[in-house]
Amino acid sequence: MTSSAAPEVLRAPLVVEFPFTRSLGPVQSAFLTGLRERTVLGVRTGDGRVLVPPVEYDPVTAEEIRELVEVAPTGTVTTWAWNPTPRRDQPLGRPFAWVLVRLDGADTALLHVLDAPGPEAVRTGMRVRIRWAGERTGAITDIACFEPGEAEEDHQPGPHSGRFEDLVTGIVAPARLDYTYSPGRAQSAYISGLSARKTVGERCPSCQKVYVPPRGACPTCGLATQERVEVGPAGTVTTYCIVNIKAKNLDIEVPYVYAHIALDGAGLALHGRIGGIPYDQVRMGLRVEPVWSEGGRYPDHYRPTGEPDADYDTYKELI
Amino acid sequence: MAPTPPARDVAIVAFAQSDHRRRTDELSEVELLMPVLHQVLDATGLKTSDIGFTCSGSSDYLAGRAFSFTMALDGVGAWPPISESHVEMDGAWALYEAWVKILTGEADTALVYGYGKSSPGEVRDVLTRQLDPYYVAPLWPDSVALAALQAQSLIDAGDTDEAALAAVAARSRDSATANPHAQVRGSRPQGDYLVRPLRTGDCPPVGDGAAAVILAAGDRARDLCARPAWIRGMDHRIEAHSLGVRDLTDSPSARMAAERAGAFERPVDTAELHAPFSAQEVVLRKALRLGDDVTVNPSGGVLAANPVMAAGLIRLGEAAARIHRGESDRALAHATSGPCLQQNLVAVLEGES
Ligand SMILES: [Zn+2]
Repeated sequence: MTSSAAPEVLRAPLVVEFPFTRSLGPVQSAFLTGLRERTVLGVRTGDGRVLVPPVEYDPVTAEEIRELVEVAPTGTVTTWAWNPTPRRDQPLGRPFAWVLVRLDGADTALLHVLDAPGPEAVRTGMRVRIRWAGERTGAITDIACFEPGEAEEDHQPGPHSGRFEDLVTGIVAPARLDYTYSPGRAQSAYISGLSARKTVGERCPSCQKVYVPPRGACPTCGLATQERVEVGPAGTVTTYCIVNIKAKNLDIEVPYVYAHIALDGAGLALHGRIGGIPYDQVRMGLRVEPVWSEGGRYPDHYRPTGEPDADYDTYKELI
Repeated sequence: MAPTPPARDVAIVAFAQSDHRRRTDELSEVELLMPVLHQVLDATGLKTSDIGFTCSGSSDYLAGRAFSFTMALDGVGAWPPISESHVEMDGAWALYEAWVKILTGEADTALVYGYGKSSPGEVRDVLTRQLDPYYVAPLWPDSVALAALQAQSLIDAGDTDEAALAAVAARSRDSATANPHAQVRGSRPQGDYLVRPLRTGDCPPVGDGAAAVILAAGDRARDLCARPAWIRGMDHRIEAHSLGVRDLTDSPSARMAAERAGAFERPVDTAELHAPFSAQEVVLRKALRLGDDVTVNPSGGVLAANPVMAAGLIRLGEAAARIHRGESDRALAHATSGPCLQQNLVAVLEGES
């Protein structure tokens, strides 16, 4: 089969989620534990500046810095930006201002958000105070947001030991990103072919090798591949392994055989499970064909065709 | 400190870029990339097997797929094995690595490419994942929000105002009318506030694209290109990562990189600046001491096309291409990475008369 008709471009949602687990050093641990206890800590540099949020190394000299200082929960906006349309996971679900706030007693500014009725209520130089989250765990989000105003109670800024009961030593930062994945022209054709139970590769115009699944390029020649070629359905086992450990959520009895299979006409082997034969009788050169399950989008496994084994010379280049 | 002269003469001898588009669903990354690879190879007559070193820049987070750059390697003929490297950054930093490789004598030619497909995801959200994971990333401040904080600090300092920012945007898109690859060309309304004080017009378009260049040393460069764009110096520097520690109205790292690249030794006639947001051009013009007599972003710059991870490499390529065409004798090319111009790379390119 050779065709130049543009295949339908496929699309599917792709969600990437990861709960990053991170350990904290002594300064970050004290800072985030402090937030849980409604105490804001900074760190003093060699030249006497107080950094909030604190870091473990001086950004100018790279010197290790450990001297903790308590600062006030009030401060001054050093710059701001009005966000009319909050995005998922941002601290407030209604329009708010992003702000850099220099807390009283600090020489640097902290990034957070300000709850204000509108942009006309925000200006550089305005006084703001922390609104604490009701439930605090030792995270930057223990500061729910800033709000206009001064402190409600007295605070005693000054040196701080950094010692708290039950220090927070790590954070889990969940992250989720949403994508719409499109596999591109070549792989769309391959996936569309599978829905008709055909395996479609692409031939390199230079070395004539047929790639399956095709990715649109020959990695040997560095050339675009265009010519679509149907391969298989039968093929030859070029090498294999016996799997003895049951994978989670996988409904296959162990041991089973996982093999490289060179489909007839293909220039390289693809992966597949071998069934319909005792696992200890699978061998290099075994001729196999795909078995499709009802409604399956790709072959469930490959089984012996019953033909004599392929001669080694016919597949040795594909191992 | 005076810049150290490079040990070998190295030049950009070819440059190609894709047409930058809002979406390219029909193309995988390697399919997007391959035409530009073939263009630079064809321009020099080199085959992939002639290339001494290959280096690329891209980010897995844009596509949402781990090790996506390994798939792109199919486009450069990576079998049998080649000398190859990758930076999880803009291709401009891949060019820096390739330049060093040639300076050390490890290679005489290099192929450098960068590509990015922003269309599958939400690039504003994706870029939050490059921020400090303890104090900043959990708040999900998107790239426009952080640029808006920088713009407001410039307005507060009296360095610019919204009308001046609109003029930067308008000039960029006017210049882009002459650039067939650009995504946004010609005048268009500034639009509503995306994050105040930045309007839609102050922000780069979201899109997909790729670029490639070829570097060569000494006489090899003269053989491959009628008027090579010689790299007279190149350097990159970084700010403290915490935004609240920095003066957002200035870019000491860009200035230091320019100084170390030799940019201040003689005036340049052209500057290609990687300023994704209009206000960042204001910061860079000041830090890089660019007067009104310098032609800034004749390509339209990043406000006209922003293929993330290729946009910085394109600045180097556009500056080199002007030298190739005889439209510039000495050009400054700048690339940035990270929020609010966190990292800056500056190269000085010259043509021989
Ligand atoms: Zn080939």
